[in-house]
Amino acid sequence: MLKRVHFGPSALPYLLVLPQILVTVIFFMWPASQALYQSLLVEDPFGLSSKFVWFENFEDLFADPLYWGSFQRTFFFSFLVASLSMGSALLLAVMADRVVKGSGLYRTLLIWPYAVAPAAAGALWFFMFNPTLGILPYILQFMGYDWNHKVNGNEAMALVIFAAAWKQIAYNFLFFLAGLHSIPKSLIEAAAIDGAGPARRFVSIVFPLLSPTTFFLLVINVVYAFFETFGIVDAITSGGPANSTQILVYKVYNDGFVGLDLGGSAAQSVILMGIVIGLTVIQFKFVEKKVSYND
Amino acid sequence: MIENRPFLTAMAHLVLIIGVFVVAFPLWLTFVAASHDAARMSELPLPIWPGTHFFENLDVVLNDGLWGGDGSGVSYMLVNSMIMAMMIAIGKIVISLMSAFAIVYFRFPFRMGFFWMIFLTLMLPVEVRILPTFEVVANLGMLDTYWGLTVPLIASATATFMFRQVFLTVPDELLEAARIDGAGPIRFFIDILIPMSRTNIAALFVILFIYGWNQYLWPLLVTTDQDMYTIVMQIGRMLEAGESVPQWHLVMMTTLLSVLPPVAVVVFMQRLFVQGLTETEK
Repeated sequence: MLKRVHFGPSALPYLLVLPQILVTVIFFMWPASQALYQSLLVEDPFGLSSKFVWFENFEDLFADPLYWGSFQRTFFFSFLVASLSMGSALLLAVMADRVVKGSGLYRTLLIWPYAVAPAAAGALWFFMFNPTLGILPYILQFMGYDWNHKVNGNEAMALVIFAAAWKQIAYNFLFFLAGLHSIPKSLIEAAAIDGAGPARRFVSIVFPLLSPTTFFLLVINVVYAFFETFGIVDAITSGGPANSTQILVYKVYNDGFVGLDLGGSAAQSVILMGIVIGLTVIQFKFVEKKVSYND
Repeated sequence: MIENRPFLTAMAHLVLIIGVFVVAFPLWLTFVAASHDAARMSELPLPIWPGTHFFENLDVVLNDGLWGGDGSGVSYMLVNSMIMAMMIAIGKIVISLMSAFAIVYFRFPFRMGFFWMIFLTLMLPVEVRILPTFEVVANLGMLDTYWGLTVPLIASATATFMFRQVFLTVPDELLEAARIDGAGPIRFFIDILIPMSRTNIAALFVILFIYGWNQYLWPLLVTTDQDMYTIVMQIGRMLEAGESVPQWHLVMMTTLLSVLPPVAVVVFMQRLFVQGLTETEK
């Protein structure tokens, strides 16, 4: 933690940490404690008075089928986003690891979606699937399928999942590729000499050795799907039709800023904070125990 | 390459080409849409090859904006986005460098207390605590200012952690040598530590620039004055408006403009980008 050779006590270190601590206290700790406090209050619709109600907001939330619906939807959504994007990224990374010629070019052409803003990713997919003009609904219509994600909740959900998974492929691809590079070549060669073909080698050696990367990416993808997809949902569906794409983060925003239900929104914030903290703890435990195969 | 199997290699290329095609297709359509005029963009089927109106649309979007809008283009939003992204990236780097330096190189009371305080912030993305953070910014009178847009986002545990990691690998002999030469802490920090970590700083800058540029929810909340809008939040507004009057060529041109700067950063600074990504997340 501390350097063996270091400077003695003075006012300087306090001045150095001061900006970071100020920002942390004013914009992180104070708002977080406010959220905790507000989650125990009920405010009247005009914001004139508020009443301390203990855990009533939480009880209301858990009794609310809309909230449970949003909860289930968020899990379903993050599961599909994570598996779709990790699956295709793994396939592409294994292929890119195999080719010699052009692997740099493929990498460049596959990683740029990382830089696309979630809202812009939403716009790209919204345009492609636009029910009246979009190219894919036009093609689907010849196959006898009538695509309209503005009416059909399942189609809206599918579209949000596609856009979110598309944006995350780049990230997963890079980490899978790095994971594949770190697998010792001697292991693969030994298996090849023993007569294992590419498919067998992947199943018995490569995939098990990738499991730390896979687990790390799973946590990152779930965090991404939970918290960073707000822009995608807002651009494509705004939570609709009929709440069918209203994931938890969107509901916090919607109840707080549109519905002006401060206590309810704060209670949802507190639950989300709990989820974030849980996921971060999992992630850190994993980083500590991270396995290295090169020793 | 373990063994030579031409068929499998050809398959690998095929899968990669399909992958590249699927990944690039949405952006290609956006580019195509941005290069046609309104008439072509409202008849079915929509084109899949570029047209000839690209620069005309670019001019309209930059200087005039959408039809039925207020007649101002989006060029100032690009400027706002640039200012916001730069302020967030530079701000995060500066305050994290300073606090990592203090935590690694000084022994002082509450050192670990500060460390844990910074660590805790890692856990709370802005989406989770939007309403109370918004209230704080409103009470401080920071709505519709660049400070309100950026300062609440610049505390970052990841950057502090990364610099701490970097500083811990700097040999102790350097500080001893610097001391013998009569350098104080500030001198050592500016003349030795910062130059030594410049690749890490550059890599982090690439990641943070993208992060800052792509902010959506936060600018949406803290700006009500149109002069403060950023290009990314404009996309959401245009999609709502775009439904009433079909002007997809302009909407997609705006989207293209919002996407190009960060994508260019990733493509042209790929090595730094990859380094930054792996360093900050592990």
